[in-house]
Amino acid sequence: MQPIVSVSNLSKRYASGHQALDSVSLDIDKGEILALLGPNGAGKTTLISIICGIVTPTTGSVKVNGHDNASEYRKTRKMIGLVPQELTLGAFDTVWNTLCFSRGLHGHPPDPAHIEKTLRQLSLWEKRDSTLMTLSGGMKRRVLIGKALSHQPAILFLDEPTAGVDVELRKEMWALVNELRESGVTIILTTHYIEEAEEIADRIGVISDGRLLLVEEKSALMEKMGNKRLTIDLRQAITEVPPALAEYDLQLSDTGDQLTYTYDTRRERTGITALLQALNDTGLSLRDINTSQSSLEEIFVNLVSDS
Amino acid sequence: MNWHAIKVIYKFEMLRTWNTLLQSIASPVISTSLYFVVFGAAIGSRIESVEGISYGAFIVPGLMMLSLLTQSISNASFGIYFPKFTGTIYEILSAPMSFVEVVIGYVGAAATKSLIIGFIILATAGLFVDLQIAHPIWMLSFLILTCITFALFGFIIGIWADNFEKLQLIPLLVITPLVFLGGSFYSVSMLPPAWQTVTLFNPVLYLISGFRWSFFEVADVSVGLSLSMILLFLAICLGIVWWMFKTGYKIRQ
Ligand SMILES: Nc1ncnc2c1ncn2[C@@H]1O[C@H](COP(=O)(O)OP(=O)(O)OP(=O)(O)O)[C@@H](O)[C@H]1O
Ligand SMILES: [Mg+2]
Repeated sequence: MQPIVSVSNLSKRYASGHQALDSVSLDIDKGEILALLGPNGAGKTTLISIICGIVTPTTGSVKVNGHDNASEYRKTRKMIGLVPQELTLGAFDTVWNTLCFSRGLHGHPPDPAHIEKTLRQLSLWEKRDSTLMTLSGGMKRRVLIGKALSHQPAILFLDEPTAGVDVELRKEMWALVNELRESGVTIILTTHYIEEAEEIADRIGVISDGRLLLVEEKSALMEKMGNKRLTIDLRQAITEVPPALAEYDLQLSDTGDQLTYTYDTRRERTGITALLQALNDTGLSLRDINTSQSSLEEIFVNLVSDS
Repeated sequence: MNWHAIKVIYKFEMLRTWNTLLQSIASPVISTSLYFVVFGAAIGSRIESVEGISYGAFIVPGLMMLSLLTQSISNASFGIYFPKFTGTIYEILSAPMSFVEVVIGYVGAAATKSLIIGFIILATAGLFVDLQIAHPIWMLSFLILTCITFALFGFIIGIWADNFEKLQLIPLLVITPLVFLGGSFYSVSMLPPAWQTVTLFNPVLYLISGFRWSFFEVADVSVGLSLSMILLFLAICLGIVWWMFKTGYKIRQ
């Protein structure tokens, strides 16, 4: 199946000389939820802005549903809804009018029924006649989501949707995201929080310093996370792993006095009992053993610091 | 053409005028009335007539131009500067619209507003002086062309300006002096010959001259020249706007 968004070799150097993106390539499938994870200044917003047409790339190209986002921008932009990171809203406009405005901008005829449905979905119906400057931060965030949904996009970008949002609203938001996904909308969101990506996404992409370090199915990442390590400290250093222990695929530390065994906690048999038995048989004497688990956080930190 | 987008931008901009009715409509009308009282009544009683036209009536086209120019510029420049300033321009940039559509929306609304103000001033002037319009079609054409051209010019300023000071700078420092020195309140033939030549370098002179001709059939320069000048200025503004959108100048990084 053709990806709904296809980004190839995208680079962006701002006028300031800062390289915000460095040949990023990424395919996004129709109907999936992709979370882009990365620290401040990683380039998440820049990537989204380029796809939406707000920032022009230095090199590289973006295709949306097979259309080039520069030469066929009408087709590509019509499909995209964007909820920006900053709470950028006018002041004197009403909630109702600003949603109608967004719908019109994207080339759709007025549809009061759809606007009403969207406002109700976001619990903003009571606020429809309020001017934007009288809203709280969380309400403004919802208005921005409403504006993006006002033109029924096939692809929705949420740039840090949960910044400044309380737990209750966050739950509602995820419920809405799931509802949208059910209806076939592709969703790309950015976040700093691993738990958030873990909770909602199908796939997770990690960006740091303008580079896309990995994009993987969440389950594959979780598998890595499901691994545990058993570290065995030896009384005496050895030069190589005894052949009798070959089947356990042990890692010998540089100092020669530590063996590491990696196993999957979710499997029926972890092999620990057998390993300890085998160790005993080789006559090695143990000083200490301990286990540790690699979290997604840790995977993430490793990836970011390796880059 | 994305007509729906043009329509919502136009509507949004017109609604902004409605919300600030006092500032956007009442203030130019009041200030023009003051000009009538001061220039028309006080000075006019001494000058009597210019080229056979009562002074009060003679200054009407110039006064209209003064309001049209400043209003077109300030409306259009503010209209596009504000979303740039608040960040809401992201929506325009990510919408399926071409620059032509963006310009039609913003410049169209700003020009409409000035046109309305122009008619109100004309009606107000009618209360003070006896007005006759010799060439209504020409008058209307000059009016519309001026509104559009200077709304475009304001749009350019709005994109160029990166603070409020710059936004005010050109209307205040350039346009107002040019209008005053462009023969709004006098006929160029009343000046010493050397100054007559200097005045010919003032583009606003051509606007006022042509506009005044459509009222009274008196002009400082030929009507054809006036029309050519305004069309030239229109073309230059269109060219600059096109270039701005093409290069993303101060809009798209
Ligand atoms: N208009 C700009 N001009 C110059 N540099 C910019 C501009 N916008 C962003 N940058 C720089 O590009 C880099 C990437 O910024 P970007 O906003 O894409 O990061 P981000 O991943 O969204 O960060 P955050 O998590 O803080 O939102 C940053 O170093 C930033 O300073
Ligand atoms: Mg960001």
